[in-house]
Amino acid sequence: MSIEEIQNEIIDEFAMFEDWEERYQYMIDLGKDLPLIKDTYKTESNIIKGCQSKVWVHAEMNDSKIDFTADSDAIITKGIIAILIRTFSNQHPKAIIDANTDFIDKIGLKEHLSPTRANGLVSMIKQLKLYAIAYQTQLK
Amino acid sequence: MFNANHIRKDFPILSRKVNGKPLVYFDNAATSQTPQQVIDVIVDYYSNYNANIHRGVHTLSQEATDLYEQARIKIQKHFNAKFAHEIIYTSGTTHSINTVANGFSALLAQGDHVIVSALEHHSNIVPWQMLCERTGAILKVIPMNADGELVMSEFDKLLSNKTKLVFVNHISNALGTINPIEYIIKKTHEVGAAILIDGAQSAPHIKPDLQALNVDFYVTSAHKICGPTGVGMLYGKEEWLKKLPPYQGGGEMINEVTFEKTTYAGLPHKFEAGTPNICGGIAFGAALDYMNTIGFDAIASYENELLEYGTKKLLEIEGLKIYGTSQHKTAVISFNIKGIHPYDIGTILDKLGIAVRTGHHCAQPIMDFYKIPGTVRASFSFYNTKAEIDILVEGIKKAKMMLS
Repeated sequence: MSIEEIQNEIIDEFAMFEDWEERYQYMIDLGKDLPLIKDTYKTESNIIKGCQSKVWVHAEMNDSKIDFTADSDAIITKGIIAILIRTFSNQHPKAIIDANTDFIDKIGLKEHLSPTRANGLVSMIKQLKLYAIAYQTQLK
Repeated sequence: MFNANHIRKDFPILSRKVNGKPLVYFDNAATSQTPQQVIDVIVDYYSNYNANIHRGVHTLSQEATDLYEQARIKIQKHFNAKFAHEIIYTSGTTHSINTVANGFSALLAQGDHVIVSALEHHSNIVPWQMLCERTGAILKVIPMNADGELVMSEFDKLLSNKTKLVFVNHISNALGTINPIEYIIKKTHEVGAAILIDGAQSAPHIKPDLQALNVDFYVTSAHKICGPTGVGMLYGKEEWLKKLPPYQGGGEMINEVTFEKTTYAGLPHKFEAGTPNICGGIAFGAALDYMNTIGFDAIASYENELLEYGTKKLLEIEGLKIYGTSQHKTAVISFNIKGIHPYDIGTILDKLGIAVRTGHHCAQPIMDFYKIPGTVRASFSFYNTKAEIDILVEGIKKAKMMLS
């Protein structure tokens, strides 16, 4: 599936929720289900700065597509990561670079998009895109 | 007669809703809310008196100057400084601390000791580290114990004739511990060193008598005491303020300027370069008037009641641990729930209209001591109520249910 298709799928899922509680419970559950990053990748250099909770992201390229794994010590943050990874993982670097993230607004999580927000969703997206740019250069 | 429900009506913000729920504001240690009486003063200033102060011959400038200087006298009286010129307006506690730290770079020599406490806010650690880097002085730290109290026997051991400056907050922002500043001031003076007390957390709860305390420097911010942000004070004993070089150069702080030499203005202007926060200074005075009308004894006793009630109620929640368990503390409860990240609790509480602070509270050394990433901190003020604490307790229970 393309990034856009996945995002539309997520928007449809979130449309079923009636209030914030259901939305957050879903994110918490996503966070719990997130496959964990390998401990060897939980290094200082893999930590995304600007988050109140710790966030580790690891990226590797297989068959011209990037696979992301990530973890956080806060569960809601993990839920947000799970959504991002579902969107961006197993995608071509160019598609990740070009992807827009308006869907965050559409699933009612806009409050997490503020650049000053301590969970650093914005920093996370930036980091994922930076990985994509780095791998894109390798492909050339 | 003290009545919190009555007092709440002075604070327009307390009747607003957040995320569809009535606001429960428990982030008072970060900033206090502003009563209508202070808001009115701010509006009145910009509606009727706005002008640049000092040096102006016109009426507006004179009136604004009078209000600004009257406020300085209010601040002097409130904190019981000997002279009004010992009160320096600053942009806040951090600015005040940096003014002293910068001044001491001229007075310290290699190998001198500067002592800070383990309970400090980053703004009380970094300026002293920078000072030590500049001068070659050595930074010593008074350790804390598991209750979040400073260990005085260790402090005694750190003191020597090399000690030149001691810096301690009156109350810890992360834990609420009230430090034994009378003892610390006395001991510091015995070795001939200077003492700076940070009153950012204590000024909203305790009205200090600076002359009786015999402290050399005392700093605080207006926004913790129902005043506006961006204004605060540095109190220094006249003899110390004369000794310290100015921090910033600019207009207002000079006596005579030629390209060969500038002579500085006298106190307090030497430390007040540039156009100050005039409205802020006036509103700072108004905020102290407001607090004094309610009365600091009444405030302390009511907040203590809230602390006792809150502590009891929160401890009834299974898995909740409170950090900072000193017998001497203000109405701050810093806590965690077993297995749950403070950030997650804070996020859910926000959804319920409850404002708390989460994280390391700019006091990472304290978090390192407890080996935790941070805490959830609920800090109460005299306009909070037990009913709000009940809402917090229910909120925590809900967050716990959702998150575990």
